[in-house]
Amino acid sequence: MKTIADHILDIIQNSVRASASRIKVAIRESEMDDTLTVEISDNGNGMDQVTAKKARDPFYTSRTTRRVGLGLPLFQQNAEQSGGSLHISTLEGVGTTVTATFRLSHIDRPPTGDVAGVFLLSAIGQPTIELSYAHLTGNGCFTLTTTQLKEALGELPLGAADIMKGVRELITNNLESIQASK
Amino acid sequence: MNKITSLSDLKQLREDIQSKIKLRERSDFSDVLVQIKVGMATCGIASGAKETMNVLIEEAERQAIDVVVTQTGCMGFCYAEPTVEVTIPGRDPIVFGHVDKAKAREIIEKYLIQGKLVDGIIPVEFKTIHD
Repeated sequence: MKTIADHILDIIQNSVRASASRIKVAIRESEMDDTLTVEISDNGNGMDQVTAKKARDPFYTSRTTRRVGLGLPLFQQNAEQSGGSLHISTLEGVGTTVTATFRLSHIDRPPTGDVAGVFLLSAIGQPTIELSYAHLTGNGCFTLTTTQLKEALGELPLGAADIMKGVRELITNNLESIQASK
Repeated sequence: MNKITSLSDLKQLREDIQSKIKLRERSDFSDVLVQIKVGMATCGIASGAKETMNVLIEEAERQAIDVVVTQTGCMGFCYAEPTVEVTIPGRDPIVFGHVDKAKAREIIEKYLIQGKLVDGIIPVEFKTIHD
């Protein structure tokens, strides 16, 4: 994975597979603490304590199509390589929260990447899931949910070229104005 | 047009283009629409499935064909990612492998519009890496 946004897209798929109906993505940047925190939380099936421990193991997966599960291990590797860590908190039947912390200024921290594209593709690809995104920096906060989008767009499909362009612009303009890291 | 910075700007955009876009009966009639599923697991994303999905959505829109593009998990063909499953109503689903941007355009152009088969099909009896 080359960017943090790729990881987010990946972990969202975990939540989808855990039959979540609500997924929240939060990115917090703090120049004072020199941290970039990514938090992905869902209201899916959750895991029992044994499974939660195994989730970091690259050779553990709940799938039957293959024998490896690299999503969380790669995320953890990237976080640790840039002076951070990955934390999983989960409760069976309630949901799971994955939190990855990166050192904001670390030379090995992957770029934040195309978060706007990830939000759009996830919203289009999983139309039944309520997705929310919050980005907090020292200069302000930007939030967007798929419910708000549906309200603003009415019947127009999110996948229409002009709409996609508009939503992408909305997100990137706002991220620029709160000076989100790239 | 002004910069879009808020949801009300987006509403404005909606009013501007509402007349241009023909409203499609989407998900309610998914059994009569072409369905494209893009493999979006770790293997797919690492191989560029995000770009593939973007191109599929843009290209379908540009060619004005009604397609529902959604995401799916790993189908086990990790060596052939990005993989894409295309279902034309009434026909068996076909899985394509190594779908980069060019291949994605080719699938829309040749398979969906002209009805020709294109290279890169993963046969149903093909083994996953698990077998």
